[in-house]
Formats: sequence, structure tokens, C-alpha cells
Amino acid sequence: MNTLKRIVIIGATSSIAEHCARIWAQQGLVELILVGRDQKKLEVVSADLLVRSPNTKIEIATTDFIDPNAIQKIVDSLFAISPIDIALIAHGTLPDQKNCQNSLALNFNTLEINGISPVLYAEAFAQHMAKIKHGSIAIIGSVAGDRGRKSNYVYGAAKGLVTRYAQGLQHRFAGTRVSVTLIKPGPTNTPMTAAMKGSENFASPEDVAKTIISGIESKKAVIYAPAKWRLIMMAIQHLPSFIFNKMNI
Amino acid sequence: MKAISSWGRLSHEGHNVIPLSDRHHVAKLIQIQEGRVGIAHGMGRSYGDVALNPNGQLWLTTGLNHLIHFNEHTGRLRCEAGVLLRDIQRLFIPRGWALPVTPGSQMVTVGGAIANDVHGKNHHLLGSFGDHIQGIKLVRTDGTVIICGPLENTEWFAATVGGLGLTGLIVEAEIQLRPTVGPWLDTETISYANLSEFFDLADSSEKDWEHTVSWIDCMSNKGQGIFKRANPNKDLKEAPKMKAEKKMPFVPPISLVNSLTLRPFNFAYRNFQKYKAGFGIAHYEPFFYPLDKLLEWNRMYGPKGFYQYQSVIPRNVGQDGTQAMLKEIEKSGEGSFLAVLKTFGNKESIGMLSFPEPGVTLALDFPNHGSRTHKLLDRLDTIVKEAKGRIYAAKDARMPRELFEAGYPKLNEFIKYRDAGISSSLSRRLLGS
Repeated sequence: MNTLKRIVIIGATSSIAEHCARIWAQQGLVELILVGRDQKKLEVVSADLLVRSPNTKIEIATTDFIDPNAIQKIVDSLFAISPIDIALIAHGTLPDQKNCQNSLALNFNTLEINGISPVLYAEAFAQHMAKIKHGSIAIIGSVAGDRGRKSNYVYGAAKGLVTRYAQGLQHRFAGTRVSVTLIKPGPTNTPMTAAMKGSENFASPEDVAKTIISGIESKKAVIYAPAKWRLIMMAIQHLPSFIFNKMNI
Repeated sequence: MKAISSWGRLSHEGHNVIPLSDRHHVAKLIQIQEGRVGIAHGMGRSYGDVALNPNGQLWLTTGLNHLIHFNEHTGRLRCEAGVLLRDIQRLFIPRGWALPVTPGSQMVTVGGAIANDVHGKNHHLLGSFGDHIQGIKLVRTDGTVIICGPLENTEWFAATVGGLGLTGLIVEAEIQLRPTVGPWLDTETISYANLSEFFDLADSSEKDWEHTVSWIDCMSNKGQGIFKRANPNKDLKEAPKMKAEKKMPFVPPISLVNSLTLRPFNFAYRNFQKYKAGFGIAHYEPFFYPLDKLLEWNRMYGPKGFYQYQSVIPRNVGQDGTQAMLKEIEKSGEGSFLAVLKTFGNKESIGMLSFPEPGVTLALDFPNHGSRTHKLLDRLDTIVKEAKGRIYAAKDARMPRELFEAGYPKLNEFIKYRDAGISSSLSRRLLGS
């Protein structure tokens, strides 16, 4: 019997995903399948993991993030080899809101890559996990999906889509041995946010990754990373709009 | 534009931050755009303006944090320049390998450690960081890539080690790690009553002790202090209990380091250490990096920030020069919180602009009191210049150009290797462009 936990990471070159991979590799007894769009970047991540944890079994695969047929094909091919225990869906982009407002094309891309694409991946994993009655699907959403704000509502709308989708999927798999976890990181200090004001005070990707991994293990439905964002977002969601609309957030 | 400060927190000016995270795309990102020059910036642990470039480009290297290859037999590690020394230590010490040389903070990048050719408590034995670099991949702003090392393009290597980031962007490095028996050190703490005792201790320790350092009480000009030395402990294997880092939670409105706190602190520290004098065992983290446990300790100097002043003067004038500096500090009433005194070994540094040279080095920090502080530092400059010493550029934010030129005789040779698309506040101040 295969004792290695098979973990697939979609968008494995993103900073949070990479730190999750480092922790999993360090824990040992895992087989990591790193999926991304850029072969060279995946090789960099894979080489790094092998230096850190030389005995890890690692595969890399490139694919398209938008094309439904490509998504179906790659997920099918992963399960054709052997069952997947954990699928972490971590890809995304963080566009500048102002640029979104000036470009419908960027709007479209943002909604596609941050909203539709993760849903399609999750759905493809769900098909297989439902059949074998086993597996964990973890999707990285965002606190930005909890309430639309002027500073990032296009990105937020895509993440909001993921939130609703994850709720439905959790409902579908309730009481089964398939778990669905939605992760909502707060602002995280990654290369994607490095040019933003105050990013040095954002949570570190290492800490966010730790929270994610323990959350997936305990099969939580929703993880805020760091946890304090649960309270902050609860407050923001419940602010009456006459107050909320005066806020510059 | 984003406000960026260095560790001394003396300025908070806007920078155009360009994060680098893909080593294959660095050349494109650092091309000169609209004549705007840039400088590499890692963890921002340099005290002064060596990695600042207000209103210009700042190439953030912390995203270049991948390890590339490690040979378990030879101990050679290839990695990207934004990898933290902390991560190397924590990963490889349990596997029997350690960084041969580390500075007083492990929260620095490999690229920064090379560009400033940092040194540690074992300089007398192993030289500085650059002595253990086997190769550097340098990307220039015109797109050229230069591979240099002790055996290849050696002149580029000598310019880049300690080259203050001005010869190109360091993208990758190959480091020769050193076999280590484990994370523990046998330590000895000894108090000394004056400088001559310090020099005796330093001289007699260099042969048998890997690490030596001392803290000196600069609130009294007697030159009393605490000497620490350490060797690897071969027997203890167990992993230590790591305490979580604490963080200086806010910037106090005034410096917590002031005339009211300095004297009691120095008195208490000296007596506490005297009380602890004798043999002990320490984990390498608190021994090498005592300040890393209080993240952002630099905030305690308040909103105006602080100056670091690290000099090295030759051994033959070491005692008199140090004595003269201590006198000036005492006279000024501007005390230093953590004054560190250490002898360097006789090994010549590789870099044309490397700081370490044979002699004794004194590191001081002073809260920024404007002209009062500047006047004191000017007087210290005079002593350093007379002693034919030099100031550490990685810590500097104010030394006069003539002192820099006098202290670094290979400067003219170095200039030939500069990248025209790279400039920092420090390079404009000390090299004119």
C-alpha cells in the first residue's frame, strides 16, 4: 500500500503555496505534485524543496488555468495514477484596482483567474473524490471576498464567487469523507504585495502556510490566516453602510 | 512610491519598489528605465544609506529565496541571493553543516552579506563572509551576466565582495559551508577592568577559541567590559527549546536610549554579566544573534532613529585610539547602548572595499540628536583618520568623503567595475554618483 500522502498544489509557484510545500516536504512521507503554468518556475521551486528535504518525492506538471478541457484533463490524469489525498488550489493574481477600473480586459482576466479557474479545479477534484469517497480540497480565497470594498472589489468579487462556491461544495459533501476547506488569508507579505504600503507589517507567508496546513489537517470549513482576520472581517461585514461607505478601506 | 527606511531609521523616503522573485527574469526588471537608476535591497538591516535610493528604483531581493543545489559531501550550497542566513543555519546545522561566518544578525540575505562582506566573532580564524564564497552570479543593468569567484573573473569577484551592491545585482551565490558538530557552544565570560586587559585577553584567546567578542562600557572611560569567548560543544546534541521572538511593538515618541537610561543600563549589564562570569553552554542563536529575539529593536531609538559607528584601527595604535574614542564619548555625554569591541585577525579581506583589516574594531550606536551627535561623530572621525583606520560603510550614513577615500585605498580600482545603472544614497555621497 502506498503510505505517502499525495498532495497536489495548483499554482505551486505562488508564495503561500510554496511555503505550504516546504512545510509538507519537511513533515515527510508526502508526494508533492506541483502544478503551474511556467515550467522554469516550477523547476526552481522543485529544486528548492529537494535541497530542503532531499527525500521528498516531487513531480511537476504544467497546464492551462482557464481552459476547462485542460483542467479536466490534468486532474483526470492525476487520479489515473493513484488517488489524491489533498488538493490545494492556490493560484491567483492581485491586480491594481485602479487599472481594473480602466480596463475591461483586466477585469475579465481578474475574474477568470481568481474566480472561475479555482472553481473549475475544485469541481474537477470533487468529481474524483466523490467517486472514491476520500480526499481534502483546500481553496485559497481571501478576506477580500467577504465584503466588496472600493480598494479591491474586482478581485474581491472573484474571491466572493469562490466563497459561495465553497459553501455549496461543503454542503454537498457534508457527512462524507471528503472535506472542503476555504482559506481566507489576510494581507500577506509576498512579492505580490511588496510594493504596497505597510506590507512589512503583513503576515509572513510562513505563518500563513502553517495556519493553512493545520487547518486542512483538522478539516476546518473556513480558515482565516492569521486567525485575527475572522474578527476583523466579522466587524467589517456587519458595519452598516452609512458608516462603511465613509471608510477609506 | 513606498516609504523605506534602513535599520537606523534616519530617513523614511519614497522608493519605487520592484520586487524580484524569478531569477530568470531579473535582467529585464533591472534595466534602466527613463534614466532611473536603482539599488538592491534585501532585509534592510544595513544601518545607513547603503541600500537606499530615494525617489529611485529599489530592487527588492527577498523574493529570490530559493535554494538551488547542495552537495552533502562537499558542503557546497548554491542559492539565490535573497535567502536568509537564518534559513541556511536552521536547515543545515542539523545536517552537520553551518555558515562559516555570520554577522550579529541572521535576519540578513546572502546577497547583503556578500555586498557588505560581513564579519563575525570568528574573524581571527575564518576571515569574513566573502572568504567562503565560491561563486557569484552577477546580473548587470545592461543585461550582461558575469560569473565570478576566487578562481574565475577574480577581479570582478574582488570588486563585488564588499562592493556595496554597486557592481551589478547579485542573483546567485555558491557558499562553502563548514562542518559543524551541532548547535551548542561552550562559552566563557570574563570581565576586564581596562583596555590593556582586553587586549591581553583577545591575544591569548585567539589561538584556542573560535569566537571572541566583548562588550565595553562606554559610560566610563576606563575601558572596562565583558569579554566572551566560545568553542563548539561536541557532546550536546539535543534540540533547544526555541522561544518565540518578541517584537518592539511601537515607536516610542522619544528615544528610550537616553542619558537617564544609559548609565543604569550599562551599570546593570556589566554587573549582570560579571555575576554570570565563568563557563557556560549556549545555543548558537542567542550567542551569535542576541538581538534577533527582539524583532525591530531599532524602534527603541524613537522617531529620529540612530547612528551606528563602526571603525577599525590598526593594532599598533589600537589601545590608544580606542581609549581616545572612549574619552570623547564620555565627554560628549552621548552614550552608546551596546558598544562592541573586537580584534580582527591578520587575514587580508578579498574585497576591494571590504571593511575588515588587521586591527581592533569598535562598534557604537548613538540616538540621533542632530548636530550634537554629528559633532561627536566628527571628533571620532578625526581619531580614526589619525590612526589610519576606516569606517564600515554598511553602517554609515554620514562619514565625510575624504575619510572614505583615505580608508579605502583600492577605491580607484573599484570604480572601474561599477554598474552605471546602479546608484545608492551612499554611492552618491561617497563616490559622487
